[in-house]
Amino acid sequence: MTASLVETLFVPAFRNPHLEPLADGAVVTVGRERLAFSTDTFVVKPAFFPGGDIGSLAVHGTVNDVAMCGAEPLFLSAGLVLEEGFPIRDLERVVASMAEACARVGVLLVTGDTKVVDRGKGDGVYVNTSGVGRVHDGIELGAARARPGDVVLVSGPVGDHGIAVMAAREGIDFETALLSDSAPVVAPVRALLVAVPSTRVLRDPTRGGLATALCEIAAAASVGIRIDERDVPVRDEVRGACELLGFDPLYVACEGRFLAIVPGESEEKALAAIRSEPGGEQACRIGTVVADDPGRLVLRTRIGTRRLLERLSGEQLPRIC
Amino acid sequence: MRHVDEYRDPAAVEPVVRAIRGAVTRPWTLMEVCGGQTHSILKFGLDELLPPEIRLVHGPGCPVCVTPLEMIDRAVAIAARPDVVFCSFGDMLRVPGSSTDLLKVKAGGGDVRIVYSPLDALRLARQRPERKVVFFAVGFETTAPANAMAVARAAAEGLANFSVLVAHVLVPPALEALLSCEDARIQGLLAPGHVCAVTGYRDYEPVAERHRIPIVVTGFEPLDLLKGVLATVVQLERGEHRVENQYPRAVVRDGNPRALEMIEDVFVVSDRSWRGLGEIPASGYALSPKYARFDAETVFDVGAVSVKEPEECRSGLVLQGRLRPTECPEFGVRCTPEHPLGATMVSSEGACAAYFHYGRVRRDDAAPEAAAGGRA
Repeated sequence: MTASLVETLFVPAFRNPHLEPLADGAVVTVGRERLAFSTDTFVVKPAFFPGGDIGSLAVHGTVNDVAMCGAEPLFLSAGLVLEEGFPIRDLERVVASMAEACARVGVLLVTGDTKVVDRGKGDGVYVNTSGVGRVHDGIELGAARARPGDVVLVSGPVGDHGIAVMAAREGIDFETALLSDSAPVVAPVRALLVAVPSTRVLRDPTRGGLATALCEIAAAASVGIRIDERDVPVRDEVRGACELLGFDPLYVACEGRFLAIVPGESEEKALAAIRSEPGGEQACRIGTVVADDPGRLVLRTRIGTRRLLERLSGEQLPRIC
Repeated sequence: MRHVDEYRDPAAVEPVVRAIRGAVTRPWTLMEVCGGQTHSILKFGLDELLPPEIRLVHGPGCPVCVTPLEMIDRAVAIAARPDVVFCSFGDMLRVPGSSTDLLKVKAGGGDVRIVYSPLDALRLARQRPERKVVFFAVGFETTAPANAMAVARAAAEGLANFSVLVAHVLVPPALEALLSCEDARIQGLLAPGHVCAVTGYRDYEPVAERHRIPIVVTGFEPLDLLKGVLATVVQLERGEHRVENQYPRAVVRDGNPRALEMIEDVFVVSDRSWRGLGEIPASGYALSPKYARFDAETVFDVGAVSVKEPEECRSGLVLQGRLRPTECPEFGVRCTPEHPLGATMVSSEGACAAYFHYGRVRRDDAAPEAAAGGRA
């Protein structure tokens, strides 16, 4: 739905070269500086979930989008829409959590706005954040830059956020508490770009998960991407929940992970750099970029067969039995 | 992960594949009955491991897919009422009725909620006595015990604001109907393991006998499915037609007696209309007279709804195993999971959705493996 709105309404209305790559954020040049600029709106339900809340998520989401442009996030704005009657104590928790997340990343929240809507006209609290960052010198990133011979890396296990939020929203209790992976990826990204400035693509697998992000890269670069199911890190709790609900962890959202595509010869250096920073300890290689099957993402399954992966179409809905 | 990984172990799978190849001497057409099995087959590419002689066709075992249009229209009519909280399993929400679906009713202000168990709906009824809580009781024999339990509890607690819209269907009568078609080409059946975990497989024995067809109770993991195929092929090659249980870790011949008791208390067998298959006598459940006051169709008097299937959706043929999803001209073109023409593209148990999600998209330039997959 939103993808078709972007194509049919937003891009035609605002067409310009900075917008059209439709990346996580735009890179613009001001004077001699290349700046990354990104915005995101958060409507997560419930606002408080295991491992995070809408406040920290709104900071992480935007600083991560800025980081995906190869930039160091510097400044944030925040806009809050509050439903009349939203408890002030909850608002204090959201704000404290935003402040703590900003401090952890080292960004400053420099401007903001608050609006209150009538009771019943909102869902407690919505948060919009925008972020500006400075692109690291010498870094050129883009989905279209992936080349055969490159390798695909992921910074940690996938699917934690999507499953944790869904379990909290629907009141499903699993035996072990699963926490959202919501976290900034700024430090491991910085380490990677210093170690491997020739990094080709960075992408955070939020909505649509890892598979959708890699499909988009394969299409943009006209390359094939091969991943091996046995190499993709998924926690047992997430796998179990997915088995139960009929979800595929490759399509479940993450909020504290990133995908990196780097030249094959830099694999070890890149992994060592990502692993050296908090949040990147479990980074690993999950696949390769090939010339065959251009535009396709191909999974080698656990039992050795091949399966084409498509972008997520619609929402994953829990199944009947 | 225990109880899963051992059934997905290449070292265990490989000898079974070899045994199938060794056993086959001529072409056989097998139907896996359950949509969950179809999904597993496509998800793991099991069809690619089988020798070309074995053709798998996909059966009607997707409860969402076989729920008739008029039942969805009834659900929509009830869900749109301002006094109702309508609870459903997730996959039902996007199934198109004749004019709209439950997700659009929700978008238009209807109180439609996804639940994971009928007991969640029951809890809601307790918490909101001022609202009428309706649960959409869809499914095969698998979901019937839990749905029966919800109704029995509502009765025991005297909950007057809870009701169920019953669209329960039964597997053996549908198999009987499919196999009785003059041009039935199915030579072996992989019976649905989860259904048989509840009902056992006694009811399948007369079907196997009457149609002289091997029926093998089969699970859902790659190793289970391949063992089911092997057992069926061995019977076919020997000219046998027995019911065989390849899923003994979940299924016994007499089923689960407590679950069956629960079903018997709450439901009676009734005629049902199936999307794609039409009216099949004694092929579903209705609430027994003792629990008739919990029947949403009576509570809300939605009346008789008569509707016509849209012509462009050929899911009826898909559900009978007569049309492969990729053979439909609308597949992946006008019909996608986001904009489905029919239920088989919506449900996570539907064959069209399985083909779509697992990359069997009809493309002229399909990769060799994908093209081969479309064949099986």
